Amino acid sequence: MSGVVSVRGVDKVFGTGRERTEALRRIDLEIPQGAFVSLIGPSGCGKSTLLRLIGDLTQPSVGTIEVNGKTAHRARLDRDYGMVFQSPVLFDWRTVQRNVELPLEMTALGRTQRAARAAAMLALVELGGFERRYPWQLSGGMQQRVAIARALSFEPALILMDEPFGALDEMTRERLNLELLRIWKQTGTTIVFVTHSIPEAVFLSTQVAVMSARPGRILEVISVDLPQPRNDLTREDARYFGFITRVRERLRGHDVAPPRAAEVAASG
Amino acid sequence: MRRLRYYGPAVAIFVGVLAVWEIAVRAFGIQQFLLPRPSAIAAAFTEHFDELVTVGGNTLVEAVGGLLIGGVAALAVALATARWTAASRALLPFAIAANSVPIIAFAPIMNNWFGVLNPLSKMMVVAVLVFFPIMINTLRGLTLVDRSSLELMRSYAATELAVFTKVRIPNALPYVFTALKVSATLSLIGAIVAEYFGGARSVLGQFIITEAAFFRFANAWAAIVVASAVSIAFFLIIVAIERVAIPWHASSRSAESS
Repeated sequence: MSGVVSVRGVDKVFGTGRERTEALRRIDLEIPQGAFVSLIGPSGCGKSTLLRLIGDLTQPSVGTIEVNGKTAHRARLDRDYGMVFQSPVLFDWRTVQRNVELPLEMTALGRTQRAARAAAMLALVELGGFERRYPWQLSGGMQQRVAIARALSFEPALILMDEPFGALDEMTRERLNLELLRIWKQTGTTIVFVTHSIPEAVFLSTQVAVMSARPGRILEVISVDLPQPRNDLTREDARYFGFITRVRERLRGHDVAPPRAAEVAASG
Repeated sequence: MRRLRYYGPAVAIFVGVLAVWEIAVRAFGIQQFLLPRPSAIAAAFTEHFDELVTVGGNTLVEAVGGLLIGGVAALAVALATARWTAASRALLPFAIAANSVPIIAFAPIMNNWFGVLNPLSKMMVVAVLVFFPIMINTLRGLTLVDRSSLELMRSYAATELAVFTKVRIPNALPYVFTALKVSATLSLIGAIVAEYFGGARSVLGQFIITEAAFFRFANAWAAIVVASAVSIAFFLIIVAIERVAIPWHASSRSAESS
């Protein structure tokens, strides 16, 4: 199966001489079509840098990155990406609708088509009726939903999310996790998701890429084969806790066996 | 009712100060040429009303003209500087140094360049005076853009023109209006002081100088009242434009909205 993203032998070094920092070392990562991949690791491990490399916001020192069989640079020019940052990065001077339309303004789409697309995307994130509001009139969680609607608006092949729910309270975060999964299912898009929350990574992902401290390396890509679609019951599943333990121990540097069959059976 | 409660204290203080002023001048027998009574200033104001409106209007034209010339030049330079950052790094130290030159000292030079009777000489003093605050503020607004906003635009493969029109310029507008509000007051100061250095007769600066020379201080005070009123009006007009131009900005948000 050909990957949407294929990272091969990538190193990333910042600065030179005494300022030299090796951020990433020998990264290999294949992300299949329709996957939901989380990057997790200690702070400063370069997980955000890896996301930015995939999005062509910075370039690798060594190695290649392909997206949809093109260079990352070509993919960016072809507008294959939707980005969501930790802060919503909405423009105060635009209404919610005009914020969602922003990426479409870079395309040849006409005004009415843009408005229709924006309305559809806002309905998708359950913000129908908020088109005329300004960002500062919305709560933090709603603002981040607008940012997600904006990232989806030109139907990119790949959504890159950099700790999008990191600044939100626990309950809002859990609700948005469920919404994100629903949107992911509905649109069939591929998502790369940076987080520092182990439960969030396990709950959302089809694969969790566990990274080491600087220089960041991918220690293991853990396939989270919890049943789909995931819901509130998933969070109470024993296998869910099994995967959380596995990721946590991997982060700590222990090698642990995958959850034993007996445990899986007991929780089933 | 709420308006009364909001503005009531300010009005009370204003009336109170005038009353104390009036009573103090009478009680201590302060001479008219040192400090005229408010009632005498009011009388001078009504007596010379038509002339005061004319001179106030002429000075306002100089202030507005100067602000337009200086403002347009400042915006153009700020845009060019933000676009070619390498040039800005070389030029900015000179701009900051030039900003500390007391511009008003150039008034006689401007009279020489543009003609002492030509209102343009006064406008140019105002233009130079308001140029730096507007230019520096606009430049800050154009360059102090959230890094994530720029990365977002980059992820859309946005052109440099799109980054300017959709991010940098809207981001700069509140900074521009802040500078314009400061410059409104500054432009009137510049125009009046430039008028002190000579020129056409029927302007506020010359009116004040002439009346003071003939010890008609109540008239001079009446002209100062007009100058203040014009200055405040100019400021309020810019505030009104700001509310229409950038209704989304925090300074325009009403207290009711969350």
